[in-house]
This record gives sequence, C-alpha cells and structure tokens, in this order.
Amino acid sequence: MKLEVTGLTVSFSIPGATVRAVTDASFSVRRGECLALVGESGCGKSVLAHALLGLLPGNARVSGQAMLSSELDLLSASPAVLAGRVRGRQIGLIPQSPATHLTPVRTARAQLEEALEELGSTRSAAELAERFGLAPRDLDRYPHELSGGMAQRVANAIALAGDPELLIADEPTSGLDRPLVERTMAVLRELCEEGRAVLVITHDLRAAAQVADRLAVMYASRLVEAGPAAELLDRPRHPYTAGLVAAQPDREFVAIAGMPPELTALPEGCAFAPRCAHVTGACARQPAMSSGVSCHHPLREAAHAQGA
Amino acid sequence: MLRAHDITAGYGRRPVLSGVSLEVPPGRTVGLGGPSGCGKSTLARVLSLMMRPTSGEVSIDGAVVSRWRQRAPRSLRTSVALLYQQPRTAVDPRMTLREIIAEPPAAAGRRSPSLVASLAGEVGLTGDLLTRRPHEVSDGQLQRACLARALTLEPRYLICDEMTTMLDASTQAHLVAVVLAYQARTGAGVLAISHDRVLLDRWADSTIAWTAQPTV
Repeated sequence: MKLEVTGLTVSFSIPGATVRAVTDASFSVRRGECLALVGESGCGKSVLAHALLGLLPGNARVSGQAMLSSELDLLSASPAVLAGRVRGRQIGLIPQSPATHLTPVRTARAQLEEALEELGSTRSAAELAERFGLAPRDLDRYPHELSGGMAQRVANAIALAGDPELLIADEPTSGLDRPLVERTMAVLRELCEEGRAVLVITHDLRAAAQVADRLAVMYASRLVEAGPAAELLDRPRHPYTAGLVAAQPDREFVAIAGMPPELTALPEGCAFAPRCAHVTGACARQPAMSSGVSCHHPLREAAHAQGA
Repeated sequence: MLRAHDITAGYGRRPVLSGVSLEVPPGRTVGLGGPSGCGKSTLARVLSLMMRPTSGEVSIDGAVVSRWRQRAPRSLRTSVALLYQQPRTAVDPRMTLREIIAEPPAAAGRRSPSLVASLAGEVGLTGDLLTRRPHEVSDGQLQRACLARALTLEPRYLICDEMTTMLDASTQAHLVAVVLAYQARTGAGVLAISHDRVLLDRWADSTIAWTAQPTV
C-alpha cells in the first residue's frame, strides 16, 4: 500500500474570484510510514485531505493524480467507488471537529456500532473505545455530554472501525491536552508500526515532529519544504519553516512578521517573499522544489550557527 | 484581584467544579493547566460572570459578584473579558471583522473608530480584512479579531481559554505578545488557560496544574 500524490492542484470558483487552495502538491506515504503535513490555518492543508477522500464541494476543480496502491486514482474515481470501496475501508478519516462530526441525537456507542456493522467488522465497540482511552460508560453518553477530548477519541475509534490501511488524520489533536496529544500521537504511531500508512495534517509542529517520520511544510497552498522530521526541525532550510520553529514557546517564541497572502490573490513568485528577510529580485519567480526545499535562497548550516 | 473562592459549578446536577479557589492578581499572568474535561472552561465562564456557580464566591477587585450574565452590573461585567478557543462559534457570522471588534463599545453606546483601528492594527488586521465576514477569513485571522474585541473595553482581567490551541506557532507567539503588551500598558491580570505546559511555562508568571475533577 502506497499513496502517491503528483501535482495535486485544487481551486474553487467563487463569485468574482478563484481560491487556489492547493497548488502542485507532490508527496507520497507508504505503509509503515507517517507523513505530517504542517501548515497554519487557511493554508489549504484540509482541502488537500478532502481532495484525497473525494469530499470536496461541487465548485472545486481538481487536477493531478493520487494513486492508491498504484491501481486507483482517488482524484478520478467515481463517487460510488469512493463511497463503497475507499472511504472507511481503505482510507480512514480522523476528522478535525468531532463535535460536529458526531450526530448529536445518538450516543457514541450507537454511532460506533453503526460504523462497525456497516463495514462488516468483527470488532466490538468496547474494544475499539478502550484503545483510545474511553471507558465503556463513556460510550453511553451523547456527544454534548462528552468533553472535546472524549469526542475526539470517539471519532478516532469510528475511523478505525473498518481497519483501513491508510489513515488521514485532519488536526487529530486540536483541543486535546498534552498527555492526550501524546497518547493520540502514540496511537497513530502504533497504527503506523502495524503497517498502516498515516497522513497527519496539523498546525502543531511539535506534535507533528513527535509522530512523523517525515514532515512536509505547507504555506499559501504550496509545499515549501519536506524532509525527515528531526532534520527539518534542527536545520530548517526554508525561511518559513525556520520562522515556525523559532516561534515555538520553547524556542525564541517570536512571531513571523506579517500574514500569509490570500488564496484568492497569490503572487506570481514566492508567496513568502513579503515576509522574508532574505528576499531578492529572484523571489519574483516561483522557486522550484529542489532537494526538499522550494526557495531561491535556502538557509545553510552556517545561517543556523548564527541563529538565523 | 480577580478571586474565586470555594466555587462549585456544573451543568444539570453534575458538578464540574467543586470547591475550587483561584486568584489572579493585577499585572500578573496566572497559568492554569490540566487535562481535557477537568473543568477549566467552566471556571473561565464563572470568572467572566457568564455562568452562576451553585456555591462559592467570585469577587473582582473586592466587589463581590451577586448577579450574573446580563443581570450583572455593567461595570463588573466589562471588567473581565473572555477569549474562547473556537473563534468561529464566538462571533456573529453576519458581522464584518470591523463590526465584531467594535461591538462591545457599540453595545455600551460608544463609537470608537480610532480605538478599533488601533487595536485591529495591533493584532495584525488591516484594510481589506476588516471588511470581511468570518467565513472569508482563517481561524487565525478570526481569533485576532476576537482578541482585539476583548480589549476594546479595556478589561482589568483577561481570561484566555485555550486562546491559541487552534493556531500555528507564529500566530500564537503574536497573540501572546499582544496580550503581554496590553498587560504592560494597563496592568491587567491575565488567566491563561491551556493544556500546553510548554506554553504556560513560557508565558505565565506562575502556573496552577489541575488534576481531573472527580466527575470526568
């Protein structure tokens, strides 16, 4: 099992504008591996996940390829194939907002059991729930009676009901406390060790680094840097990655000046240039992705030694 | 001093907090950490007078609170501001960001375009962004507007309930810097609620770590 994404581009037509949410994204994740896609809110990372699952709204235009196990292109597969063969069975989605993902009028147990039955699974609801740190009695609660963390754990259990080989976790840890973040990440890691492929989408660089083998950093609809997690954190080469690392509360805790461009008005050249200290005339052209970084002036080791 | 003494509060008959006491001195940042579901947000609601506790006492600079929500006297109600984790559910989707920021002074019968502009600038919102509505901006941009809104009435205490949990590190660092600058300018007390130990260690002057309350 391997997911291989090439040139994935997604745009939305809205009155008077085009939103370019994902531009030319290429990456792969194979069984036993965890890839984390890191980026801030509004950079297009959730749209990317939804494109893979065929869950985009009707005004989306998608191009590129996303081959699952070298045999099925998720981007051109029919809705029937995605619903009947892919979602829940080959790809599990751990959603971003469990509170709105769960049906408010049914208990957690009813929803988990429905998923198990629909997918023809032999596992029990209690067994799945336990794996995510839920007591059996928590399953008898309605979504509004669950804390954010508990609702997330219910959603995690539902995503695993069909025993999918690829898990896409869209902000699986937002709203969880650190121990639970760590536990969720440990569970994702475990699922990965079991031979599943895991794609984690998150704004939390620290959580990403904890679980992922590789990180891909997304900025203003494009992947700007990708590489082994530890290397990327210790020696970021794209100035945006370096800024995100420096903004961590256990580092300099300093914000990157300015804000990202609107996805309706992306510049021709490097989208980070207006916020970048290393900008030159060359940055008016879009930099190509080369040896894991998309920047005309990637930071070198020497720059890190000076604390850049 | 913003003070909670022996507070018990909850929903229905289940107490979420029992016998909780906490003090936020002016000019200080108190961190409150603890696991998801331990009652941190319930305490935030009690301290911002949004929820009446079943027992216990809240006082703001010595004034004991006896009425809650819209019945609380305006002077007390506006001296504590609350920032929520989810900016999207904390705003009226029909308003522009500028209207959202201007809402508290408008509700108090004041028009304050220059205050709104300066706070908006401080949180990094400028020009075109202020004319947008919530669905046209990112979570980070919306939370910036919510922070500016919280500061319009110059609260003496600010409660940040997981203010940056949804946000990337850079936006988090920016918003915390804005809160620190406001505090330096006005001497406000801040209660920073977060499950992120690393963040509280960096941000707060002192941190209280809760363990789970008995019901959850």
